[in-house]
Amino acid sequence: MALKDITLGQYFPGDSPVHRLDPRTKLLITILYIVALFLAKGPAAYLVLIAVLGAYIAVSRVRLKALFKGLRPILILIIFTALLNLFYTSGQVLWQWGFLKITVEGLWSALFMVLRIVLLICCTFLLTYTTSPIMLTDGLENLLGPLKKLKLPIHELAMMMSIALRFIPTLIEETDKIMSAQRARGADFDTGNLVQRAKALIPILIPLFISAFRRADELAVSMECRCYHGGEGRTHLRQLRYRAADWMFLCMGLVLCVGVWLLRRLAL
Amino acid sequence: MSAMLETQNLTFSYTTEEGAAPIVLDGLDLQIEAGSFVAVLGHNGSGKSTLAKHMNAILLPTGGAVYVDGMDTADEARLLDIRRTVGMVFQNPDNQIVANVVEEDVAFAPENMGLPPEEIRERVDLALKLVGMTAFAQHAPHLLSGGQKQRVAIAGVIAIRPRCLVLDEATAMLDPVGRRDVMATIKDLNQRVGVTVVLITHHMDEAAQAGRVVVMSEGKIAADGPPRQIFQQVDLLRSLGLAVPEPVALMWELRRAGLDVPLDVLSDEECVQALEKLLTRGG
Repeated sequence: MALKDITLGQYFPGDSPVHRLDPRTKLLITILYIVALFLAKGPAAYLVLIAVLGAYIAVSRVRLKALFKGLRPILILIIFTALLNLFYTSGQVLWQWGFLKITVEGLWSALFMVLRIVLLICCTFLLTYTTSPIMLTDGLENLLGPLKKLKLPIHELAMMMSIALRFIPTLIEETDKIMSAQRARGADFDTGNLVQRAKALIPILIPLFISAFRRADELAVSMECRCYHGGEGRTHLRQLRYRAADWMFLCMGLVLCVGVWLLRRLAL
Repeated sequence: MSAMLETQNLTFSYTTEEGAAPIVLDGLDLQIEAGSFVAVLGHNGSGKSTLAKHMNAILLPTGGAVYVDGMDTADEARLLDIRRTVGMVFQNPDNQIVANVVEEDVAFAPENMGLPPEEIRERVDLALKLVGMTAFAQHAPHLLSGGQKQRVAIAGVIAIRPRCLVLDEATAMLDPVGRRDVMATIKDLNQRVGVTVVLITHHMDEAAQAGRVVVMSEGKIAADGPPRQIFQQVDLLRSLGLAVPEPVALMWELRRAGLDVPLDVLSDEECVQALEKLLTRGG
């Protein structure tokens, strides 16, 4: 069943130096990398960014195949962006046919745009591939912790995120079951035009929603029974701790950002 | 003897919009001793699940009172203490598991209690050991079987270190193997750790393993006593819409046919022994 192939926030357990990093470090260096990516201008900066990501992949021991598999769904977006940049950038004309023309500037900007998207996707995938969802939400809660002083519901947000991640497989399984049950009664999900197909989804969505609400209710009662009373005074089984490697990676992230910015200023 | 759980003239009715509130619990007086293993039986709608929800203040009585180890459940200041004393396990394990790693889920309650990380680790390891799920500590719960999930849910409650465990039809959704494993875990906790167990069920063979059986009907206690004594009252149980355990049913039929067999057989082994006796005597 295709539904089971959904891999949202997929995590590949491992024991590489990147896996062992504190989740906060990984979140921060991902943000730093994205900042560097948007500061980048010119071939030198992109070469540096590619080299850095390559090194990061090598250290994390994530298989390239898994990484490229993640890129497949956005292939159309990449091609579309490339074509737009290729044909709609004005400058020195290389080739012309009717209203279509390719310019030198267009070639460069298409290349950079594609690189930017691919690198962006790859670095965020590396974050989820090497960090378990629980660690990720723990890290996020901790990083956003100061915002609690502004009365923002950070703990609730993190709790909701981790419960959502926990229930994705359960709800997918349930959708599968409901679809089979409706098919057994003669429902048809695969033929007809768009409107008909959308309408055919209603008998799936209604039972799914009802069951999700029932589950939420039961889960809430069960959480209360286990002494849940919000984030106040809550402790954690796993303690987040910055180690030497974390500081090293963070420094490298900062150096990368500054370096790319300097390259931009020097117009290389 | 001190009562772990005590209800005094407990009355409960759901308030409906029409105002006509059906009475679910009707003047219940019940005492459950510390360390005992009590099964609560009753057909659907007899009020047994509602009774369970009163035992750790999920529901509050509309009349009368419920005491948990001497604490009144209506006293909001003692709510967390009450929940630390009485742990609750529900029917559907899927809807009780919060985290997506077994170990993290078991840690949920101690984390809520604000315990230091070292103690959380200790409690998680012990709880998983007690339910025999240590090997699955790092697994994702949705890949486990029903019985395994329910054992994880029980571990998640044991990690609170409650002195009383209430199981609200905790085996109803499990297959026979899962049921047997969960029952073995519960009995083990009762006998070795001394946890008071209240087992809400409609499986007669599970109730037969308890030390005391309380039969509920229409929000009242219809019978209360040791299983041997309760299950001999075949006519009463049947009139309440309950089946009797299969060995008892067989003995009852044999008796009706005029044979001299005992009625107080609870397990298959006792049933075999009784039949053997009958056959050797006859031959």
